[in-house]
Amino acid sequence: MLKLRNVHKTFDIGSINEKAALCGIDLQLAEGDFVTVIGSNGAGKSTMLNAIAGVWPVDEGSISINGTDVTALPEYKRAQYIGRVFQNPMTGTAASMGIEENLALALRRGDRRTLRWYITKTEREHYYTELKKLGLGLEDRLTDKVGLLSGGQRQALTLLMATLKKPKLLLLDEHAAALDPATATTVLDLTNNIVLENKLTALMVTHNMTEAIRHGNRLLMMNAGKIILDISGEEKKRLRITDLLERFKELSGVQMETDSVLLS
Amino acid sequence: MELIAYFLSLKPLNLLSALPGNIVQGIIWGIMALGVFITFRLLNFADLTVDGTFAAGGAVTVVLILAGIPAPIALAIATIVGLLGGLVTGFLHTILGIPDILAGILTQISFWSINLLVLDGANRAVNVDKYHLIVSLRNISSSIVTMLVFAAVLVSILYWYFGTEQGSAIRATGNNPQMVKAQGINIDFMKVLALGLSNCLVAFSGGLMSQFQGFADIKMGQGAIVIGLAAVIIGEVIGDALIGKYMNFYIKLVFVVLGGVIYYFVIGLVMWLRMPTDLLKLFTASVVAIFLAIPYLKAKTNNSFVFANKGGAQKNA
Ligand SMILES: Nc1ncnc2c1ncn2[C@@H]1O[C@H](COP(=O)(O)OP(=O)(O)OP(=O)(O)O)[C@@H](O)[C@H]1O
Ligand SMILES: [Mg+2]
Repeated sequence: MLKLRNVHKTFDIGSINEKAALCGIDLQLAEGDFVTVIGSNGAGKSTMLNAIAGVWPVDEGSISINGTDVTALPEYKRAQYIGRVFQNPMTGTAASMGIEENLALALRRGDRRTLRWYITKTEREHYYTELKKLGLGLEDRLTDKVGLLSGGQRQALTLLMATLKKPKLLLLDEHAAALDPATATTVLDLTNNIVLENKLTALMVTHNMTEAIRHGNRLLMMNAGKIILDISGEEKKRLRITDLLERFKELSGVQMETDSVLLS
Repeated sequence: MELIAYFLSLKPLNLLSALPGNIVQGIIWGIMALGVFITFRLLNFADLTVDGTFAAGGAVTVVLILAGIPAPIALAIATIVGLLGGLVTGFLHTILGIPDILAGILTQISFWSINLLVLDGANRAVNVDKYHLIVSLRNISSSIVTMLVFAAVLVSILYWYFGTEQGSAIRATGNNPQMVKAQGINIDFMKVLALGLSNCLVAFSGGLMSQFQGFADIKMGQGAIVIGLAAVIIGEVIGDALIGKYMNFYIKLVFVVLGGVIYYFVIGLVMWLRMPTDLLKLFTASVVAIFLAIPYLKAKTNNSFVFANKGGAQKNA
């Protein structure tokens, strides 16, 4: 489904800020893989997701989605394959537009924008039922501006937008990190349900090891621009936090910042 | 004594008799303001091209009419020239990466030369007795009807367009380009499209203005952006005050046009008071500054700590 071959990315090449963020990423995801990604700050998790989404071109290597080589495609063209939810709840929605308007934009992800009316009656009914499933009462606020919603509501909406038109690949970058713990749990549970129900292929970055272990069928650990650990199947199910911390220390040679990782 | 003499010298009837003409010019500016509204409010792009495309609209229309081309066709061609101007700004910004304000200024300045070439001088007159014009100072009552029809049709078209998939993609681009890209929309394309559309309206309005006043002038576009902004903002503030939360997109567009009319009415009033015309631009700029500041200051007093403290003190007392 997703294939990264020897992907490299260095920021600000030639300046004093030069930073090798991805140093040869090889990764292959099968259809229906739900992969959690952990790693310390600056490990390159966001950079890997951005490389896949096409935010900027990579320096080396290739990326293909569902057998199509997308390495040379700009972000907006890759969007036909990819649904995204960002860390910042402000990023994924248009604040001054209504809930249904945002959903209508998302339903047409990757389609040509024609001169047809932006929303139909049947679509509106569809949005209503989908929003109802979120259980946040948003279905009765279809025309409310998204700017009026709380961070958690916005993330739930963004999640629905990212999956309204089934994506080949779902990218989630710490999408619950900016929320309070209770809301974060709600959003993560929603995520889990949506991914499993729709049998989506997903990459989910998280700082929360418990969540990383609880969700998904596969876990990646990144450090210094590389994937240093890749656990799946039965081994992943049996994984405990202490195992992860040990493996991290063993593989990277440093202690993981346990406070931010364990306590979150 | 002098003051009394001044007030006695003002003739209320003159103000009244100038009103119909002011309405026509106001609607013409209102149509230009619709263009400014598209870039400034929907696309969130400060487009200064309009000073150039407004004058170009006027110049092209007059020159073509003088060459024997029927006024409606001349106006249509002028509108296309406006489109091209908008596209140039769009390309400067999206393909060459020039910041929005600068891209607009570059196109605007280029139009100064182009318009001088088109006019073959600084201005050209077109005589309503010799040519069949769409609107004219000399026939104000029919001009008012024509302009009302134009305004109604344009507002309806814009309302429809910004409700289509494409139009809502433009609105979203002005709101959150990051999100729009993630939805598979080419934001560069949307920007160019909106700039083109906006400058169509501006040139169209310039073409009508030149017919109404009976001439095109190289300077007729000077400060057009500020007048457009004034109309947009006056329309918004007044619309907000009158309609409040029942505001919808259609009414919003109507109020943009009304903003143009109100602006021009105020200008008419100022001229009637015989304020020195040299001060008009200063006056316009002040109006825009004040109206731009109102929503900001209102939000600030509603949220300010000082205000909250005062409120609290009063409650405790
Ligand atoms: N656009 C950019 N320009 C310059 N440097 C960047 C850019 N994006 C990321 N970096 C650098 O690349 C490295 C990896 O960053 P990245 O954001 O991928 O880390 P991360 O694993 O997501 O960390 P975190 O857990 O803090 O989100 C960092 O050193 C960062 O400073
Ligand atoms: Mg990150």
